[in-house]
Amino acid sequence: MKKLKVLIVDDSAVMRKIVERSLRQAGLEIGEVVEAGNGIEALAAVNGGMPDLILSDINMPAMDGLEFLKQLSLVEGAKGVPVVMVTTEGSEARVVEALSMGAKGYIRKPFTPEQVKERVAPLVGGVE
Amino acid sequence: MNSSTTQTQVRPDASWKVVLECAATEVFEIMAGGKAEPWSSPEDAPKGELTAMVGLAGALCGILTVRCTRKVAEDLAMRMTGGTTVTNGMLGDTMGEICNMVAGNFKGKFTNLADHCMLSVPTVISGEDYVMYPVDAGESFLVGLKWASSPVWVCLTVHE
Repeated sequence: MKKLKVLIVDDSAVMRKIVERSLRQAGLEIGEVVEAGNGIEALAAVNGGMPDLILSDINMPAMDGLEFLKQLSLVEGAKGVPVVMVTTEGSEARVVEALSMGAKGYIRKPFTPEQVKERVAPLVGGVE
Repeated sequence: MNSSTTQTQVRPDASWKVVLECAATEVFEIMAGGKAEPWSSPEDAPKGELTAMVGLAGALCGILTVRCTRKVAEDLAMRMTGGTTVTNGMLGDTMGEICNMVAGNFKGKFTNLADHCMLSVPTVISGEDYVMYPVDAGESFLVGLKWASSPVWVCLTVHE
């Protein structure tokens, strides 16, 4: 199986590490990992090379996860890239909004590697 | 962090302390992989060099804080990231994330709060010699948990 190039978007560097670690613990074949601290940095990263999977926080400074989703939909070639929101949001409304804007799923913090696997694996062709 | 619509305020009750403890222990267990037991001397006053705080607005207005020693924060950061070294930046980041997750997990346990209470971006204070004076402070719920043989204090102060 091809190793996945993953873009992790979160304003917390620690949370980016936790997400990466959980993806690996979930058994996903992770190759290159690109990190971004907000939506603006994430768009720049996407323009620098399309990832196979994006995991993004919702609440971030400068450009939040919902605006990032909106801007991402305008980027050529990004349509087929699954985006999973990773958030502390207890608000169904914001999660529904993210899903309606193209997100393929969401993971609520705190999360286990099993939950990450459950939500992400079906989007990237499963786990070997 | 302003609420643009009129909200019905949710009133706290005595059960909130148990819910807060549950929300915090879940975060520690899931993210740091260990069981946080209740602190054996709950009458102790909260201490520790690091305090993270998250504001709540909307149906519940208040502030949630998580306070602990640097040693405890280092242990949490290493367990959460799987790393063996911790920078000062990582300590603040870890504390902020824990506080944010405890607040999110707490409000998510109430259907009337989940969609009607917003969380601020976390703020982290480094240092012990301070006193917090929340304006219009109402009821307060303090939970002491034991982690790495030291206390971690989780406090929810509800504004009137």
